[in-house]
Amino acid sequence: MPEILFFSLVAGVAIISSILVVAMRNPINCALSLIMSFFCMATLYVMLDAPFMAATQVIVYAGAIMVLIVFVIMLLNMRTETSKNYVHGVLVGCIVAVLTLFVISGFLTKSPLTGATGSMTPELITKVGHTELIGRAMFSQFLLPFEITSILLLVAIVGSVILAKRKL
Amino acid sequence: MEYEILGLPAWYYIAMVAKVLVVFVWVLLTVAYATYAERKIIGHMQVRLGPMRTGWHGLLQPIADGLKLFFKEEIIPAEASTFAFLVAPLIALVPAFISFAVIPFGTTITVMGCKIPLQIAAYADKSGGVIDVNVGVLYILALSSLGVYGIVLAGWSSNSKYSLLGGLRASAQMISYELAAGLALITVFMVSGTLSLQQIVADQAGFGWYAWRNPFLFGAFIIFFICSLAEINRTPFDLPEAETELVSGFCTEYSSMKYAMFFMAEYANMITVCAITVTLFLGGWHGPFTDAFPLLSPLYFIAKVYSLIFLCMWIRATYPRYRYDQLMGLGWKFFLPITLVLIVGNGLWISVIGAGNWLGSLFA
Repeated sequence: MPEILFFSLVAGVAIISSILVVAMRNPINCALSLIMSFFCMATLYVMLDAPFMAATQVIVYAGAIMVLIVFVIMLLNMRTETSKNYVHGVLVGCIVAVLTLFVISGFLTKSPLTGATGSMTPELITKVGHTELIGRAMFSQFLLPFEITSILLLVAIVGSVILAKRKL
Repeated sequence: MEYEILGLPAWYYIAMVAKVLVVFVWVLLTVAYATYAERKIIGHMQVRLGPMRTGWHGLLQPIADGLKLFFKEEIIPAEASTFAFLVAPLIALVPAFISFAVIPFGTTITVMGCKIPLQIAAYADKSGGVIDVNVGVLYILALSSLGVYGIVLAGWSSNSKYSLLGGLRASAQMISYELAAGLALITVFMVSGTLSLQQIVADQAGFGWYAWRNPFLFGAFIIFFICSLAEINRTPFDLPEAETELVSGFCTEYSSMKYAMFFMAEYANMITVCAITVTLFLGGWHGPFTDAFPLLSPLYFIAKVYSLIFLCMWIRATYPRYRYDQLMGLGWKFFLPITLVLIVGNGLWISVIGAGNWLGSLFA
């Protein structure tokens, strides 16, 4: 029971802050709301017994990506939106949202899931530890995708330096 | 006798609340008296007396300062973005304080037959084993990365060029040095094999402190401490509030309690950083006779933390401030490559000599 209460609290804050992301006029306040919703997501991960996911969610999204976004907003010195409401997107948005809701509920009720569990059971996770399991899987089973991703990131870094610092 | 609330015995909750209260009161008192200690220590190092008027040797100075700040007029600049301006001090203050939830400040003590580990986010299960957050270090890193927002927002929302420049400097500095500090921590995880602070401290028993497990870990300890100083904007890296250039940096436009909150956040961050360094490199609460007298362990922890805080103040009294480009060059061109070398060297040492406490085994 208290878990459900806590979940409703966190989920409520997550929903409200996600709405504020699009509803706020000041871009910095939007960014703050987005950080808040990321933080709520991290809390939900903790409730799902995935503390490592929660920590990386905060470190990567709230701590790195959002700092970059806030930086850009600050340096461009964007001020509060002064123009009128944009209403032409609302109707289309509502239709898309309702359709998505239908698709998701269809999946949930008539899903092909059998309920069979794999080798990663909650008992194993609490015994060995989430971090260690992820680390073992990433550096043995999924080593090649990991290496490819890191090379891709390296290429992106070098490319961005070359593009940004042409004059050097 | 054994009341249960939600599947856990009632004393579990009492112990939890007691630990939270004790730790937070300790942090608040230390924050208050760290400001006094800093003025006193720097004063004596510069051959003057420091505060002397309020109370015996100025001992009531923090209370006087607090009262003064509390009764000052609250000013919000007319062109500031009010919401961000108001929440910025809170965002700076809260992460600084809640990092303490995962730091073990003592061994497991037994009160009236109940085993209580001296760490807020930990409990003893039915078999007596201590369970804590198994990503403790990542939790601290996550919170420290949230602390940037307080400073960035303060700088931006004040709508003043000094504040903005201070905020930009602070965030660039924190992000750059977070990298080197995080890489220095990897050497610790290579030896400990876990992210749980409880187990990291347990692994350093018997003077097997990580700082002198091998030369590379010692290097990592030094680099982590320096990078932490830069991350919390302490001298010699206090460029975000360089008075000579930026008035007071990101908190130029702040007054009254909101200014006090930034001040508290700064000192709380310093205590947190010292506590983390002690936990990861200097054996946490370990010291002689903790098995026989478990209550000694928090005292050892506090003594180690206070020694590091003294070191921070000593550094402040000794070194001049870095120039901004030197600071960035130091972080990216010196500390970052060195930590990479330390990681490789540490790996070689572990595979050739082993991760064990070889220094301790020499004396044993």
